[in-house]
Amino acid sequence: MSVDARDARVFFVDPGRCIGCQSCVQACTECDTHRGRSMIQLDVLDRARSPQTAPVVCMHCESPTCAEVCPADAIKRTEDGVVQSARKPRCIACNNCVLACPFGVPKMASSLDLMMKCDLCYDRTSVGLKPMCASVCPSQALAYLTPDELARLRPAARPVNTFRFGAQAITTKVQVLVPRGAPVEVIDVTAAMHEPSLGHEVAAEVFDAVLEGADAPEGRS
Amino acid sequence: MSDEQPPEGSAPAARRWPEPPLELETIRRFGPHRVDARSARLTAARADERLVKTHCCFCGQQCGVQLVVSGETVVGVEPWYEFPFNQGMMCPKGVKRYLQQSHPDRLLRALERDPGSPGGFRELGYERAIQRVAGEIRRLQERHGPECIGMLSGASLTNEKAYLMGKFARLALRTPYIDYNGRLCMVSAGSGNKKAFGVDRAANPWSDLLGAEVVLVSGANVAECAPITTNYIWQAREHGARVIVVDPRLTPLARTCDLFLPVRPGRDTALFAGMLHLMIEHDWLDHEFIERHTVGFEAAAAEVREWTPRRTAEVTGIAERSIVRAAELWGRAKTSFLLHARGLEHHSHGVKNVLSAINLVLASGRIGRASCGYGTITGQANGQGGREHGQKCDQLPGGRDISDPEHRAHVAAVWGVPVEAIPGPGVDAYELIRRIDRGEIKGLLSLCFNPLVSLPDSGFVRQALQKLEFFVAIDFFLSETARLAHVVLPGSLQEEDEGTITQVEGRVIRVRKAVSCPGEAREDWRIVQDLARALDRAAGFSFTHPREIFEELRRASKGGVCDYSGITWEQVERELGVFWPCPAEVPPGARRPAANGTPRLFEPGSWNPIARGAGPFFFPDGKARFHATPHTGPAEDTDDAYPILLTTGRVVSHFLSGNQTRRIGPLIDHFPEPRLEIHPRLAERLGVADADWVTVESRRGSCTLQAWVVRTIRPDTVFVAYHWGGRRSINQVTNSAQDPISKIPEYKACAVRLRRAEGPPEHAQRLEPQQ
Repeated sequence: MSVDARDARVFFVDPGRCIGCQSCVQACTECDTHRGRSMIQLDVLDRARSPQTAPVVCMHCESPTCAEVCPADAIKRTEDGVVQSARKPRCIACNNCVLACPFGVPKMASSLDLMMKCDLCYDRTSVGLKPMCASVCPSQALAYLTPDELARLRPAARPVNTFRFGAQAITTKVQVLVPRGAPVEVIDVTAAMHEPSLGHEVAAEVFDAVLEGADAPEGRS
Repeated sequence: MSDEQPPEGSAPAARRWPEPPLELETIRRFGPHRVDARSARLTAARADERLVKTHCCFCGQQCGVQLVVSGETVVGVEPWYEFPFNQGMMCPKGVKRYLQQSHPDRLLRALERDPGSPGGFRELGYERAIQRVAGEIRRLQERHGPECIGMLSGASLTNEKAYLMGKFARLALRTPYIDYNGRLCMVSAGSGNKKAFGVDRAANPWSDLLGAEVVLVSGANVAECAPITTNYIWQAREHGARVIVVDPRLTPLARTCDLFLPVRPGRDTALFAGMLHLMIEHDWLDHEFIERHTVGFEAAAAEVREWTPRRTAEVTGIAERSIVRAAELWGRAKTSFLLHARGLEHHSHGVKNVLSAINLVLASGRIGRASCGYGTITGQANGQGGREHGQKCDQLPGGRDISDPEHRAHVAAVWGVPVEAIPGPGVDAYELIRRIDRGEIKGLLSLCFNPLVSLPDSGFVRQALQKLEFFVAIDFFLSETARLAHVVLPGSLQEEDEGTITQVEGRVIRVRKAVSCPGEAREDWRIVQDLARALDRAAGFSFTHPREIFEELRRASKGGVCDYSGITWEQVERELGVFWPCPAEVPPGARRPAANGTPRLFEPGSWNPIARGAGPFFFPDGKARFHATPHTGPAEDTDDAYPILLTTGRVVSHFLSGNQTRRIGPLIDHFPEPRLEIHPRLAERLGVADADWVTVESRRGSCTLQAWVVRTIRPDTVFVAYHWGGRRSINQVTNSAQDPISKIPEYKACAVRLRRAEGPPEHAQRLEPQQ
């Protein structure tokens, strides 16, 4: 491994760690290039059943669908694999990228007639700083780590960066951490869409049992 | 005081209070108004920005941050990666905190109550305001004696300010009546720790969480109230830790824990008794540790003999198999860390809850070693240091006892006064309010405390404060409580002063001044010194810099349990924090503190000023104490009239009474107003659907808010967060019953009934959500 590769940091998302605090969202709105707007979306999956949340950042695809569908060639991918926000002079605000991105990341800033998305804090990462969201994230559900740090800090996890949406397979620069023992090589997103949120079974079982206990006279003390 | 005393303030005698006024005019002038990032930062020039390494102003974690400062404006925040505790991590409050500075609601001049002026106050010059306050205090004291003045202080103050407030109350106000808002926060943990260990500090640095086989989190919504601690727990899990969470709600931390124990509010002692019972039955005990380092095991063991898994399950509402599993995980572990917070402590038997949790730690022998830890999570910024240096009603600096002749003599010598000049013990903050109600205390000085929002049974608190002949508040925003003041003095934000804070791990850290106080606002220590001078009691109040106060604090704490005498500001800066105890001198042969003090307490062979080498714990014999802790339920339990339990707490985007966070737009948007969490089964029985307006009502008061129907709470319990004032405050409903030892109020359990409201209440239509 070259020195560069040892130092090279990768952006990881571990949704199992997310606590829904919105620190990432709030920090993202502080960026000078999109002040007041967050390029991260925090999804609340099914609050009635679970407190589970999941941060959605741009995955920086190797073959970015957003760029492929852009009729104005406004979306560029840097040599180091960062898919950038639309270039203002070129973007025609057609919304193609917004509709096509399988992860649902690009957003249309209609007041500016401009697509905006996460560019991995290029201003920070290009000078060796961590992206703002991965800096502040209190649970480190968003983490920006060297290979050594990944091995040291996440011994129970394994990165995956291939996703399937129906017939489309996508490989990304950003990697998702799954439990080390999980037999997962590809994350089939469309198949997972209808799975109940994590914590759902706990909430159903535990609290239903509680209710039965509480109704019994000896449940009171 | 005996453990067997019943809780105070029994509920059935309580009465219903009128609804608080809407105060539309006052709110129009003084807020809380929201400020958003764009409007605040667009005015700032970028070229002259500088970074100030300091700490977040909010919770007890005290994350290191770098404030981005342009001229006299804080314009943003940048991670401080090198600070070891949080390494750049911040919660949303830390990210947006900069917006409080240069806020349009900021008090820039002193105010005087005047019903004819807009919002009920007119401005007056600072010096005139000081003279008026001193005159009123003198007038009241000449007529009624020095004890007719009370003082309420707070644990968000720096160590220097907290120290000075205790000294100011005793020597300048000459009153025993000072207490602080840590009374609502850390006192059950503190009392429990002192009874069991002889010292009141987290036993371990958080880095000891790594390597723990089991992490037991009891009554702590870590993800929302101490967000950075989440990463420590997740890191422990990466290395194989099993995480057990005890909570009536499925919190974000509980969602993926290994074992979730959904305790019925007020039954924690029963749970821990049941676990200790099983540890004894299966001999999951460290006999050598119990024999050599503890006393009282037999009595504790006898107490839990009846707590079979069956009985524990019946009382706690937790499945029997989960209790057995918890005891097995905890009992068999080689290393462990137990964390608790207000969920365990906010009870009329909060100290017993803490002691019963500590029993589990002592029985396991897993303390005082790497990866073997115990700690309580402090709430406020200086929840630790603020409870050590004399602003508690019965305490003098260094964790000294105001009733102990030797302790009094030491502090009197440092202060240069005769021992008799130091008054005796006062009363806790809630009792202080009761004495105002009874007319015994006629004048009040308050700062860093918003009791009208944060104390329980707030209708009682309001009518008591309205009886004050003179009330002066020091604040940077006009809090709900300050609206009742006769004079408001403009105080300082954390970013406007230098000082030290002692964070959750017992690490003393430096907060730095980023900007000057605006307008006629002053640092709080200057304000009380100006008052001392105006009272002609200036001796001992001539400090010109917080550092001089710290130097005196070092001497005052020397030889005490909380010994700071060996800590210097240079050392704090160089080491990025120094853990107390850090005595300047230790006897020959005793282990000296390291350059960063004493990160881990109770290590084998460690020296402390109480045991003097007899053992690692802070008692003359060096041994820790087990306690027999008979279970008692909440002071006010459910009955036919009030059949549902109410429990209260916090959300991630707001802090305590919300006086700061309810002025920050992005934090308001995250959680605009309180909602009532209710399980669908209970909601269905009451005919309540999600987002319906419901009235939650106790014997004391009611609150109408929108229902949030979620399966993540016990069906016999409802939850409301407490950060809001006026008619949105859930503390109109809560119970002021207190723990007989710690005097903490029972925020975590009272009996309520619920009904569907006809529609939105008046305040929802006439006020913004944060107001």
